[in-house]
Amino acid sequence: MSTAPLRLVTSDERSVQLPSRTRLPVVESEAQLRALLASLSGVDAVGAEARAAKLATRSLKKSTKLAALDLAISMVDLTTLEGADTPGRITSLCVKAIRPDPRDANVPSVAAVCVYPDLVAHARSVLGSSRVKVAAVATAFPSGRAMLNVKLLDVREAVAAGADEIDMVIDRGAFLSGRVGQVLDEILAVKEVCGSTHLKVILETGELMTYDNVRRASWIAMLGGADFIKTSTGKVTVSSTLPAALVMLEAVRDFAETTGQLVGVKVAGGIRSAKDALRYLVVVNETVGAAWLTPDRFRFGASSLLNDLLMQRLKQRRGAYVRPDEFSGD
Amino acid sequence: MSERQEVRKTYKLLINGAFPRSESGRSYEVTSKKGTFLANVAQGSRKDVRDAVVAARSAQAKWWAQSAYNRGQVIYRLAEMAESRRDELAEHVALAEGRSAKDAQTRVSRSIDRIVWYAGWTDKIAQVLGSSNPVAGPFFNFSVPVPSGVVGVVAAQDSSLEGFVNAVFAPIAVGNTVVVIASELRPTPSILLGEMTATADFPAGVLNIVTGYTGEIAPTLAAHEDVDGLDLGGVANGFADELATSAAASIKRVLRAHEYDATSLRGLRAFVETSTVWHTIGQ
Repeated sequence: MSTAPLRLVTSDERSVQLPSRTRLPVVESEAQLRALLASLSGVDAVGAEARAAKLATRSLKKSTKLAALDLAISMVDLTTLEGADTPGRITSLCVKAIRPDPRDANVPSVAAVCVYPDLVAHARSVLGSSRVKVAAVATAFPSGRAMLNVKLLDVREAVAAGADEIDMVIDRGAFLSGRVGQVLDEILAVKEVCGSTHLKVILETGELMTYDNVRRASWIAMLGGADFIKTSTGKVTVSSTLPAALVMLEAVRDFAETTGQLVGVKVAGGIRSAKDALRYLVVVNETVGAAWLTPDRFRFGASSLLNDLLMQRLKQRRGAYVRPDEFSGD
Repeated sequence: MSERQEVRKTYKLLINGAFPRSESGRSYEVTSKKGTFLANVAQGSRKDVRDAVVAARSAQAKWWAQSAYNRGQVIYRLAEMAESRRDELAEHVALAEGRSAKDAQTRVSRSIDRIVWYAGWTDKIAQVLGSSNPVAGPFFNFSVPVPSGVVGVVAAQDSSLEGFVNAVFAPIAVGNTVVVIASELRPTPSILLGEMTATADFPAGVLNIVTGYTGEIAPTLAAHEDVDGLDLGGVANGFADELATSAAASIKRVLRAHEYDATSLRGLRAFVETSTVWHTIGQ
């Protein structure tokens, strides 16, 4: 797996300036949390969208594109979250995750497979000793509408079954009605159950209404101990968008510059083409810098994206456009 | 009273039922046979070809799933649309090919009649090309023509409308979808006809027209692995050899200019495969 930082630009590169000493904000009451959130500057929505649109037009030349395609493959969380998931389907997903293109051993494995908790044990047994991780969506995914103890049990069982990473959803209902303390408490509780298991916190940006809310929710998740913040469940109409990811990356940058802690970002939902994926990588590089261009700090939650990445990779090597059915469907 | 501002037309591509400019943003100048300015036409790129193939691929299953009778109706409706705009077509044929008005009208008539002819063939081709085969056993054995899939066409360079109609609607009639590179120097009549498909109930992606420099974009179409057939009618021999060679890597059917005869079934037969099925004879 290629984890070497990749340079997508040669000039005007932005990167995070880590503080000499860490200053984790003190949040011991809901009032303090509110004050902290209120102190965050507002997001210039038009500016964020314009900047994302500008970065999306950047052209990548061939060698950079090839490196970026491999990097993107290594960042994929290969996902299947369907009611119709069977152990057989999970098996083929895991096999594909380890060796995305069976004809070419140079194609890196993906970062993880992402499944429902009851299928974690099966995925774990298929993946065996490979480096591909098992991520489980928990806490009453995708709506998050369940009692707290049910959510915690969901997480506990997934961890016990062998999940390396937990993707939790925040309580959007509580967030939107202003009960931010409850949102933070829930994340802290889940984090405690997770222990050393990586925690990704799904903000569901498509339901948060404004970029200001995206920035606030990002901060709450990071204060709660998230290892990753994730855009969407992929189960609502508006999934990951480039401007929303930009706002989250800015929050990650600000958090790192305040606290010294580097939090990862996962974008999920609606990312189907290699072109889209490369645009996200450009935004990552331009917002937080090359230190985030590794599967440890940036992920794509996707299923059909992987085939398009493989197709474009093959196209760059063969010089001709490739049949979509060269690669297995899911 | 002020003079009325001239409303000039932009000639665009036809991809997936929409009329986009080239992804590359380029355009080129097309002149009449006499050399006077005729139009600015979109100069398609490799990526436009790629997009067109994606559109054609996704449209193919749907087009083939429509009943043969219905496909005939759709193609016939295009003839109706063309008939009502025949003067416009004739004017462009006359300018592009340098013909007299009367000659151009004759060519337009022939083109429209040819579209009607293809429309009629949609639900008759299976009877002609298909067969019921004798087998030793209690089975029916049928061979039926099925479309190749996505067909790439490099349209005739000189015959701006007739050549285009012959090369494009034969594969479409038998259930293929088409990506066509229009005549480089005389593309306007084919663009007009493409616009008419929008009002003829053609499902998006069945006919996709890319205009531009044949030498630049034809190699991409020929080498594209998701294209099942290639008609090189509009390409000169040496270049056609080159394209046929690159098409061979993905085992496409290739139709060469000298193999072409629009008045026979050859065009309809060029891009079909034969599917043979067994069926038990019931009591």
